Amino acid sequence: MTTEAEAHIHHPNYVKIWAILVALLIVSVLGSMSHVREVVLIAAFGVALVKAYLVAKNFMHINVEKRWVPYLLIVCLLFIVILFAGVSPDVMRHSGLHWINPSVSQPSASAADAGPK
Amino acid sequence: MSTQVQHAEPGFFHKYLWSTDHKMIAMQYMFTGMAMALIGGFFAYVFRMQQGFPNQNVPGFGLVTPGKYNAVVTMHGSIMIFWVAMPILIAAFGNFLIPLMIGCDDMAFPRINRLSYQIFLLSALVLLSSFLVKGGPFGGAWTAYPPLSASGAYNLTPAGAVLWLIAVALEFVAFLMGGINFTVTTMNSRAPGMKMYDIPLVVWMIVLASIIFMCSAGPLIAGAVMLLFDQTMSTGFYDPTRGGDPLLWQHLFWFFGHPEVYVVLLPAMGIVAEVVAVFARKKVFGYKTVLYTTWAVGFLSFVVWAHHQFVAGIDPRMANIFSITTLMISVPITEMVFLYIATLYGGSITLDTPMLWALGFIAEFLIGGVTGIFLGSSGTDIYLHDTYFVIAHFHYTFVPIAIISVFAGITFWYPKMFGRMLNETLGKIHFWGTVIPFNVIFIPLFITGTAGDQRRVYSYAQFAEQSRPALQHLRTTSTIALLFMLSFQLVFLFNFFWSLRNGKTAGPNPWRSSTLEWTVPSPPPHGNFAELPTVYRGPYEYGLPGAAQDFAPQNLPDSALAEGMKA
Amino acid sequence: MSAAVKPIANTRSATGIPTARLITWWVIASEIVIFGGLLATYIMHRLGHPEWADAASHTNTWAGAFNTLVLLTSSLCAVMAHKAADAHDGPKAAKLLRLTALGGLLFLTIKGFEWTKDIHEGFVLSSGGFWSFYYVLAGLHGLHVLAGMIIMLVVASDAAKNQELQRVECIGLYWHFVDIVWIFLFPLLYIAK
Repeated sequence: MTTEAEAHIHHPNYVKIWAILVALLIVSVLGSMSHVREVVLIAAFGVALVKAYLVAKNFMHINVEKRWVPYLLIVCLLFIVILFAGVSPDVMRHSGLHWINPSVSQPSASAADAGPK
Repeated sequence: MSTQVQHAEPGFFHKYLWSTDHKMIAMQYMFTGMAMALIGGFFAYVFRMQQGFPNQNVPGFGLVTPGKYNAVVTMHGSIMIFWVAMPILIAAFGNFLIPLMIGCDDMAFPRINRLSYQIFLLSALVLLSSFLVKGGPFGGAWTAYPPLSASGAYNLTPAGAVLWLIAVALEFVAFLMGGINFTVTTMNSRAPGMKMYDIPLVVWMIVLASIIFMCSAGPLIAGAVMLLFDQTMSTGFYDPTRGGDPLLWQHLFWFFGHPEVYVVLLPAMGIVAEVVAVFARKKVFGYKTVLYTTWAVGFLSFVVWAHHQFVAGIDPRMANIFSITTLMISVPITEMVFLYIATLYGGSITLDTPMLWALGFIAEFLIGGVTGIFLGSSGTDIYLHDTYFVIAHFHYTFVPIAIISVFAGITFWYPKMFGRMLNETLGKIHFWGTVIPFNVIFIPLFITGTAGDQRRVYSYAQFAEQSRPALQHLRTTSTIALLFMLSFQLVFLFNFFWSLRNGKTAGPNPWRSSTLEWTVPSPPPHGNFAELPTVYRGPYEYGLPGAAQDFAPQNLPDSALAEGMKA
Repeated sequence: MSAAVKPIANTRSATGIPTARLITWWVIASEIVIFGGLLATYIMHRLGHPEWADAASHTNTWAGAFNTLVLLTSSLCAVMAHKAADAHDGPKAAKLLRLTALGGLLFLTIKGFEWTKDIHEGFVLSSGGFWSFYYVLAGLHGLHVLAGMIIMLVVASDAAKNQELQRVECIGLYWHFVDIVWIFLFPLLYIAK
């Protein structure tokens, strides 16, 4: 059941939005074939961010939703950022001032070489 | 507006096993939790007997081998947290109280509610089934660190490890479902006139706990999938020789594990708030402050997790940061305890059993919190980590949470749930018989822990360097105290079941409380309210000058108060 | 299912958001931390293991890109279904929802072929760090696609009878979320390898 506010929800031209999304997809695929690292990264993640924003705004109507809804979702993302910040110094790095992780330099490629099972 | 009860009287199956009624689902959670508590308590008996009387036959169990010790310790921890504390505090009390306290007829999604219990029951059965498989139940501690937990060759309980993980995963799914249901119901289904600050604190606390659980469980669910694959599919997510990292699991686990303790703490504090207000006949001091502080605690709880990993080899700069945040989080919690004490100050206090439990919570939890400071500071933690000091600290927090506040809640709401009063004398005997032995169990463990006794060692006879041998008398004392404490639970069980049939009949509001659940019959009928209430004031209006009685029910308009109409 | 009596609790709306949509947003919030946790874990591993680029080069970018197109198109169908439901045209909404589900089926089918080829080439779950993450990430996402399809078909069967039309928007929201997850998985696993 829709409230009055939603009955007046403005439905943009969804096909147009879709066309923009597809165009962006093509851009990202073309960008991936570049040999310049920055171009690939922007084509990959810059485009992804824009596409996600377009879907959230135009398909999910998040901008006409009550304000705390996007805030809630952003807080959830923030928790993931905190997770990354707290964990990556241990997991991402494989050597520091006084240590190295030797198994990283000789990784076993398959299950056969792994520890006891 | 009246509720429509459109169905005929349901048969046994629909009433007790297939119900969507939130009160019945609450009972299902409560009794399952109580049954699991017996099992978890039995395991505590087993390993305390081993510690108190090492390497002797434990009556009712047999000889405690190293593998059995590990399994029993793991099961005790897992069961008490996931299958006792959470289902009783959150699911049982949440299910029972929320629709009643916010003035509606059920949860917003009753069938999702039913499904959540069914998944929870399945998780309990999966866990219990692990007792029957080859190798027995998982023995890698409730924290399940890999490679121990990932490799059957290390933990010697390969089937048990997988079943444990699946059981925990199912339990998470059940609580995600239930928690979201609680949140949506509280947000949307409130009685007209019940604004945000008119919601009773216990409801707020259960909802906030559900939200904290939801936000923290996600990464662990991801981590659990990875561990499951490490256990069964030869992946190497946590295997350093294959590019993985055991520390990753620790981080993912404690990212959940620390907020989890606040997930169970918050409902406990909510219950204590309700009981204290009623039995001091006084408004909760600083309702909004309590609320904002809880939000602060909820957020802070996400940035303290690595204090469980100070000796695990984490980046020392992280240890700095987490030490600071951990010491910071003690401030809002202490503030909340002070607010409860301020509520008591100047109140007309009666020491009925629920109030004894609530006061017991405040006193014992304070000790737990204070001893946490030594562990939150990374310097002292380096010495104290993995000693019995840690065990004593978290039992001084967990027992108030999972046992003391639960008894406060059960003795308080029993009349509403079952239409009978519990016996007060038995209640008081049970209270003292629980709380005094509880202290005698754990104070010696602070001492042995500081002296150097290491955790998770099945027998110091074989590992003399892991303990201080001269302190055996303290360990034995602790065990004997546990035997006393367990025996006194029989008083509670007798009181609980005997009073179901033989207790004094309870009216709608035996404690003269102002919240909405006390305006309906005891027990409430299907649909709860013959006429759905409108709310006119906050939940703790006690001691109003000039009013006919010393409390103002939330659903009575001001005009009715002046005339002294009864609820 | 639609014949069950709804409690008053379900019909109230103190927040102004209907309960169905409210619960959908909370479900999405919970999924953000699940996928977010998994993605964050993958990213920190990938950044720490530049040598995984070799394994990663074997993912099929064209299959990934085409699947992205499929999901974007199915999202279009989902939001058009919402528009139809808003106009109280249940049968049209049902048709569009079923088209959306078909898109999901196509997505899973293409993934099936893609994975079959990968497995034949010897890249399985236990083939090393990158591949373990690849299968878990895409697999968890695929499970969510499947679950979404099933729920969508149930909602469609009610909508076809002009019942429970508010659920059309809700399953659409879930579907868009699943689409957004893929919008990030695609570059992570197929482009910026």
